[in-house]
Amino acid sequence: MAHGARKPRSTDISVNIVSVSKRFNHLDHYLSHIPQAARRPFAQMGVRGCILLLALLCVIGITALPAQAETDMCLACHGDKNMSVKRGGAAVSLHVDGKKFSASIHGPVSCTGCHADLEGKDFPHPTPKKVSCGSCHSGEQDLYAKSLHGKALARGDSLAPRCVSCHGNHDIVAVKERNSSVGPLKVPYVCGKCHSEGSPVQKTRNIDQHDILENYTESIHGEALLKKGLVVAANCASCHTAHSILPHTDPASSINRHNIAKTCTKCHAGIEQVHRKTIRGELWEKEANVLPACIDCHQPHKIRNVFYEQGMADNDCQRCHSKPGLKSADGRLMTVSQSEVQGSRHAKVACSQCHSEVNVSKTRPCETIKKKVDCTKCHEAVGLEYQKSIHGKLFAKGDPNAPICAECHGTHHILGKKDPQSVTYPTNVPNLCARCHREGQKAALRYTGEQHQIISNYTESIHGQGLLQSGLTVTATCTSCHTAHRELPKSDPESTVNPKNVPTTCGACHHGIEDQFNNSIHSSSVSKTTKALPVCSTCHSAHQIRRTDETGFKLDIMTKCGQCHEEFAKSYFDTYHGKVSRLGYAKTAKCFDCHGAHDIAKVSDPRSHLSRANVVTTCRKCHADATRRFAGYLTHATHHDQKKYPILFWAFWGMTSLLVGTFIVGGVHTLLWLPRAFQMRRDLRAEEAREAAEEADQKASDEKGDNDVQH
Amino acid sequence: MSNINLPEELPVAAAVRPKKDGREYVRFTRQERTLHVCLNVSFICLAITGLTLKFSYTSWAVKVSYILGGFQTAGYIHRTAAVIMFCTFATHLFGLYKLKKEKYGTWMNLIFGENSMIPGGQDLKEFIATLKWFVGKGERPQYGRWTYWEKFDYFAVFWGVFIIGSTGLTLWFPVFFTRFLPGWFLNVGTIIHSDEALLATGFIFTVHFFNTHLRPEKFPMDTTVFTGRMKLAELKRDKPREYELMVARGELEGKLVEPYPPIVIRAFRAYAWATLAVGSAIAIWIVYAMIFAYR
Repeated sequence: MAHGARKPRSTDISVNIVSVSKRFNHLDHYLSHIPQAARRPFAQMGVRGCILLLALLCVIGITALPAQAETDMCLACHGDKNMSVKRGGAAVSLHVDGKKFSASIHGPVSCTGCHADLEGKDFPHPTPKKVSCGSCHSGEQDLYAKSLHGKALARGDSLAPRCVSCHGNHDIVAVKERNSSVGPLKVPYVCGKCHSEGSPVQKTRNIDQHDILENYTESIHGEALLKKGLVVAANCASCHTAHSILPHTDPASSINRHNIAKTCTKCHAGIEQVHRKTIRGELWEKEANVLPACIDCHQPHKIRNVFYEQGMADNDCQRCHSKPGLKSADGRLMTVSQSEVQGSRHAKVACSQCHSEVNVSKTRPCETIKKKVDCTKCHEAVGLEYQKSIHGKLFAKGDPNAPICAECHGTHHILGKKDPQSVTYPTNVPNLCARCHREGQKAALRYTGEQHQIISNYTESIHGQGLLQSGLTVTATCTSCHTAHRELPKSDPESTVNPKNVPTTCGACHHGIEDQFNNSIHSSSVSKTTKALPVCSTCHSAHQIRRTDETGFKLDIMTKCGQCHEEFAKSYFDTYHGKVSRLGYAKTAKCFDCHGAHDIAKVSDPRSHLSRANVVTTCRKCHADATRRFAGYLTHATHHDQKKYPILFWAFWGMTSLLVGTFIVGGVHTLLWLPRAFQMRRDLRAEEAREAAEEADQKASDEKGDNDVQH
Repeated sequence: MSNINLPEELPVAAAVRPKKDGREYVRFTRQERTLHVCLNVSFICLAITGLTLKFSYTSWAVKVSYILGGFQTAGYIHRTAAVIMFCTFATHLFGLYKLKKEKYGTWMNLIFGENSMIPGGQDLKEFIATLKWFVGKGERPQYGRWTYWEKFDYFAVFWGVFIIGSTGLTLWFPVFFTRFLPGWFLNVGTIIHSDEALLATGFIFTVHFFNTHLRPEKFPMDTTVFTGRMKLAELKRDKPREYELMVARGELEGKLVEPYPPIVIRAFRAYAWATLAVGSAIAIWIVYAMIFAYR
């Protein structure tokens, strides 16, 4: 293309102009927001500004033509109403209405001013990228990026709105124009595209307010705007801002409890002087945390003048709910002790802030309440975690066993986790979880994994004893490993107790150990293997963690090592060290005495306790005068391996042959002897009997003789 | 014997002397008997403490080790018993030296003399004759003072003390011995020590027990080695050659003594039975550990 080389330049200039004029727009925009008295410095700058503006107008005049020419060139094709392309099976119109475009605020800007990636591209040009409005409207872009919508887009939410979603594309006109798509009268419809009841956003995203558009339409603001055409009446953007829309939990949000008074007083500037319920004549903005905020009485989106006198003060609720024995239709006790609430974390939270569906126009404002209290209105981050947890997932499935916030935290008497009286205070956590996870309870009954007697095992473990007997509140309790709100089964890769994550979980407290472990042969970062590598819990167990200086632990650990290192364990038990260990004494060297515990390295690794440089020192831990030759003792020798230990093999078989040979000779000799020996015994007994008979005869004859003598 | 008026000078003993001569033949000296007791006490101690380690995979071993007071105490017992056995051995060697000096004059006389423990041609003849007798092809041989199986037992002790004792010392002082022996020698030493010990205990508690103490014709127990005496009839029957030699030389009378009082005999018997019981128990344990629980 011959003039292709010239074109970029003209575009450059036109872009510059746009950005400069945009800055002017900004200035104007800012000026309109600044009080009259404060505007003086800007007014003084006006002279210089005018000169600049004149100069710029000249430049625009010179360069307008090439921009227009380019637009015409694009419209040569895109002006065709039937121009379309197939994307993903659907026809997408590529038509641009030239008239509308030239009438739009971007009319003077060339097409490549926005579709910058098409600049200088030959026909047919590639599919343009998404237009980045932020290259000119950087201020708005920044606000948008930090907003709820911007963040949703950043994390890939398909429902997140972009600039075009509200502003349109080729037909954008100034906000002040009557026909602007984001003009005051249009705003409720623009926002309503996504936020009207039943829309995908309302249905699938965590938005606490419901019937927003309907409520707004009926509210005093909506009525003024939509029925009376009062364009100064508050629309969505008046409270939520146009680009900086943030959740009310965000401290920077215009609708945050601390900022709401400021937001409302943008219009209701004199409310302090006239509001009946101004408390102690103080300003809401100053003490938004102490005083009721506007929204405590004038619920968002439902604001009606008729409600003013009522308000949803706690006293109104207490009129009924302080009565002892108040029961609901289904028999639940509905009495709320004021003292209970007062002592709780939520002492300064109004009833209606949690029980948000109240309708003050009713005699019983609470009769409109349909949903249970949703804590995530304020505790949003925690709510998101809970949703990801197994508890949350079960709840989403409608499992009746799934615990909700109140199950653990209670309702009206919620205490902070640092309050020893709280059920979530560290020493109370095991009992809290035990309500469901103790053997025989509902969670334990449905559990099919390998952990049993969790609570009693934990109680006897070093952590349980540290926490419950020694009162060490920093000791690991259930939530230390499983987290408080994001507990997941071990099999889930996201779980803190998934083998992959266990070292990090334990390392949260056992920091130095984690480092040692991560450099050891057992760490997946060191050993690249498909075999299962052990993690902390493999050796220490999950709930039965013992003191490592206990004899029982020291002996058990060998079995643990032997689970994987079967051959080595076997041959270890053939040596003196192993035999004594097996007799139940922990004094002789065990696996970890030589190999180390968490810092085990390959024997060939210089860092190993058994490397050539370290082995003698390791032996000397027990054998004070050990020499290098002494270290040549084969600690894992077996006489069954002829290739590896031929001397031992032959020594063993030599001895065994000697033994077997001797026993065969001795045994055969004895067996052959037996019948003869029995024969001898019989002969002997017979002889004895004969002798005894002879003796008796002799005796008898002797006696006879004696008698003869006597005679 | 019909004379009622006994002469005054006639010893009373002669008067009440039983018709049969109750005197017994002295086979072992007091020192020999003492050494046998020392040997068997130390041997049993060594066997029990050593086998707990060898058979550490049996639950029995764990219990025995616990009863003995743990592996360290068992180790002290083992080494103390080893020292006793070394001393017994040394005393016996010293006894041989004295015997040579006092009776035989030269080592050659002692070794090749008629009462020598060294197996010779006569023993081979007796061994063959014995085998013939076993299978009913001949008479029982006329054994002399020491039969061939007694000589075998005697040298088994020599061999055992040398083999088990020397390897035991390397295991007792491993650091010292590895100053000049390679480290793997301790492994070989362990195998030899343990297997030779198994042979010794197994042999003593079965074959030796049978051959010497429990033979049916001597049942329930031959206690000669404890009392040192045997009945004359037994000598005639068991060692006819020795008996005849003694009679021919007229030395028999000098070797006959009155038997021990029954209480002493009973004490010896009790001791012998205890030893026999422990030994047999160990033999059963060995069979159980080697055949039924072997790992």
